[in-house]
Amino acid sequence: MSHHGRATSKLIDSDPYCGTASSSPMSEPTISVRVNGRAEAISTLPERSLLAALRYDLGLTGTKYGCGEGECGACTVLLDGIATRACQIPVAEAGGREVVTIEGLAGPAGALSPVQRAFAELGAFQCGFCTSGMIVAATALLSRTRAPTRDDIESALNGNLCRCGGYLRIQKAIERAVELRDREGR
Amino acid sequence: MTPLDRPRRPWDRAPVAEREYFEMLGLGIVSVLPARAEGASRNGWSPPSGGAWVHVGEDGTVHAFTGKAEVGQGTRTALARVVSAALDVPAAQVDLRMGDTDLCPWDMGTFGSRSMPDAVPALYAAALGAGEVLRELAARRTGGRPEGFELHDGSVRPTGSTSGTPFAELVRGESIVREASPVGPQALGPPTHRAGRPSPDPLADDLVTGHRQFVSDVSRPGMLHGAVLWPPVRGATLLEADSASAERLPGVAIVRDGAFVGAVAGSPFAARAAVASVRARWDRPAYPAEPEIEAYLGAHPLSGDHWDSDEDREGDVETALGTAAHRVELRYRTSYIAHVPLEPRCAIAEWTGHRLTVWVGTQTPFRARSQVAEALECSEDDVRIIVPPTGAGFGGKHGGEIATAAARLARASGHPVRLAFSREEEFLHGYLRPMSIVEIRAGIDAAGRVTAWSFHNLNGGAAAASTPYSVPNRHIWNTLADSPLPQGPYRSLAANANNFARECAMDELGSRAGLDPLDFRRRHLDDPRLRTVLDRAADRAGWADRARGAGRGYGLALGREKGGRIATVAEVSVDRQRRVRVDRLVSAFEAGRIVHPENLRSQVEGAHVMALGGALFEAIRFHQGVVQNPRLSQYRVPRFSDVPEIEIELVDAPEVAPAGAGETPMIAVAPAIANAISDVTGVRLRTLPLVPTGRMAK
Repeated sequence: MSHHGRATSKLIDSDPYCGTASSSPMSEPTISVRVNGRAEAISTLPERSLLAALRYDLGLTGTKYGCGEGECGACTVLLDGIATRACQIPVAEAGGREVVTIEGLAGPAGALSPVQRAFAELGAFQCGFCTSGMIVAATALLSRTRAPTRDDIESALNGNLCRCGGYLRIQKAIERAVELRDREGR
Repeated sequence: MTPLDRPRRPWDRAPVAEREYFEMLGLGIVSVLPARAEGASRNGWSPPSGGAWVHVGEDGTVHAFTGKAEVGQGTRTALARVVSAALDVPAAQVDLRMGDTDLCPWDMGTFGSRSMPDAVPALYAAALGAGEVLRELAARRTGGRPEGFELHDGSVRPTGSTSGTPFAELVRGESIVREASPVGPQALGPPTHRAGRPSPDPLADDLVTGHRQFVSDVSRPGMLHGAVLWPPVRGATLLEADSASAERLPGVAIVRDGAFVGAVAGSPFAARAAVASVRARWDRPAYPAEPEIEAYLGAHPLSGDHWDSDEDREGDVETALGTAAHRVELRYRTSYIAHVPLEPRCAIAEWTGHRLTVWVGTQTPFRARSQVAEALECSEDDVRIIVPPTGAGFGGKHGGEIATAAARLARASGHPVRLAFSREEEFLHGYLRPMSIVEIRAGIDAAGRVTAWSFHNLNGGAAAASTPYSVPNRHIWNTLADSPLPQGPYRSLAANANNFARECAMDELGSRAGLDPLDFRRRHLDDPRLRTVLDRAADRAGWADRARGAGRGYGLALGREKGGRIATVAEVSVDRQRRVRVDRLVSAFEAGRIVHPENLRSQVEGAHVMALGGALFEAIRFHQGVVQNPRLSQYRVPRFSDVPEIEIELVDAPEVAPAGAGETPMIAVAPAIANAISDVTGVRLRTLPLVPTGRMAK
């Protein structure tokens, strides 16, 4: 199973909502987090998960809600470089840390990362709802493994569900991403 | 607001003369394929449906419209390429609109593997019609006859010439509306022309950067959040709801309308908390505990002719059973299972004056429009349903229940309202694939021919119940039951259960006849298309030389459904701890003319993976009508580590109209695995899921 920095006490996040920062009440206490390279202040209401903060406070809706209990991987983000289920992280735990979401993976001029490019090129998605989490989890894998084997890919992504059953294509896309990365020396 | 988003009368409800094509999209040309005079359904109940229209505008953009919805199955790409192929225009120049009831022709819905058979010929015909007009315009401009011109890369040129006039230039200042003629499957041309030039999905970049807006990402100015008091079980009646304390909560509005109780607040936490504080009393029907479910279903048949009755009776089954050399009486069960689309249901409703717009992930936007209009007592002309990119459906997102609830909350609160299911609500308040109980009585003669075949499905439905094997005496019928759990469509629905039962029973009969499963099936098959996929799958899997023994075995199954033909070989190993592992699935699939090979392969692979879940471990646990495992930690779906080697052979049948491919490739997986398990262990498993714990029982 997954080793993605899941909180030990299990949280059930039944809060799949998104919205805009302006709809957040002003009186809530906030905490500072770096998200995609920018310092952001997010609400620390006790029931709020990092997932809700990203989607609700910051309008970063690329990170998806799929289950609220860390089982599906749709909300995977990088937390200090580690693939993490955002729905399992109370906002307070994210304070002072570095979060990268799917929106933060492309280069400064919008150039797609090797993993993003490989997924797009190979059409490694059907409905696409798992794609953000898959790409983020694969990015973490590539950052720590130069040449991942099939087993490495399977264990790194076993906590990410693709209900459309596109696993074979996703695996090919990750293998392709390794090629692209190596070719570009990234 | 783009011209397409301006409030207007729905296209399908406006008389032809009032369709405002050019007010919406600017000058240019329009080609319209009218709706069919009658529906495509086997049972003939569908209203006139389908059709398509295509607009070529002064900027050269080709706007194409179909009433089908893209709910994650990838038809958008395939259909856009059909338009791009018909007009020989780059895919990026095609803007395909789907699932928007203001703009698209009426459509029955996106289910039953109908997207390709319905929308491919319609869009192709409409696009060809536009092409004819373009050639006429070119001829008028430069002289000559339209037949002397060809379409090439977004331009029209004299045939064989290297330079032509771009569409944009040709249509400038025009306002031509032309009716297109229908086309047959042959019109799609040779394979290389069927789906245009292969190119990356033009929409992929926004997906891989996280910018694609799915239903649950839609946000409207001033939007509030809703929650609803859903009935605790199917058929429950609200007796009393005390919302006094909920109404005192700050920033919360309670909405009551008859039996409907909901809340609107600035956050979903607050809305949910408000609903949770409503003290409700329900009159709940008496539903059984799980072990009593079969008896309950048997005692609660739905009487009379129903939409899914489909009886096949031939010869004299009882007499044939009496004289058979071997007889079997077999009972197969399939569990209730859940669709688990990765994106739970969600709807955002917004009123602008008397007009309502709902963004919702539904497979049936036009049915949702009727349901919403009826429930809210407004005109269908005033309701617009838009299906944004949707995180899958699999048959689980029919209808407009959540759209209706969101619309009610929005009307009462005077704000746009977003209503989203949590995963738990998705399990508890959606609907499930029905449980099926299939009883088979069958007999073979001394020569190993099936002479008698009695097949009855209780509760699941009729799909693929009819046998593709030639059997002289047969009775095949089904009975729907008043299920305690809400049930409805599911990817290939009853075909899963019926095919599982029949294909397992065929193996059981074949073994009594002492015949190899492949040989036994071939002896009973007249359908040449089925023989082709069966032989191809068997060859590719190496059936004749298969290495059995040492904990390894092979199983075979086939199926025919919704115009497609599938055969699957499963290779399974069972270790000393009785753990079952599916090592390899080899399938051959034929669904008529192939339109978009890569999308087809993706669908077929996905269908195999999804089928693995229902075959091996997916099962809803329930008690007295309530789902007991409504979480992904309690309800297991296939993961990376569950995926075996999958080899798919796509068989092209150019003379056959394209059939859908989302469903049929599923239906041979479970019986092939069950047959393989029997091959390894000698144990016949007749209940799906086969090994919910991953191991065979001792």
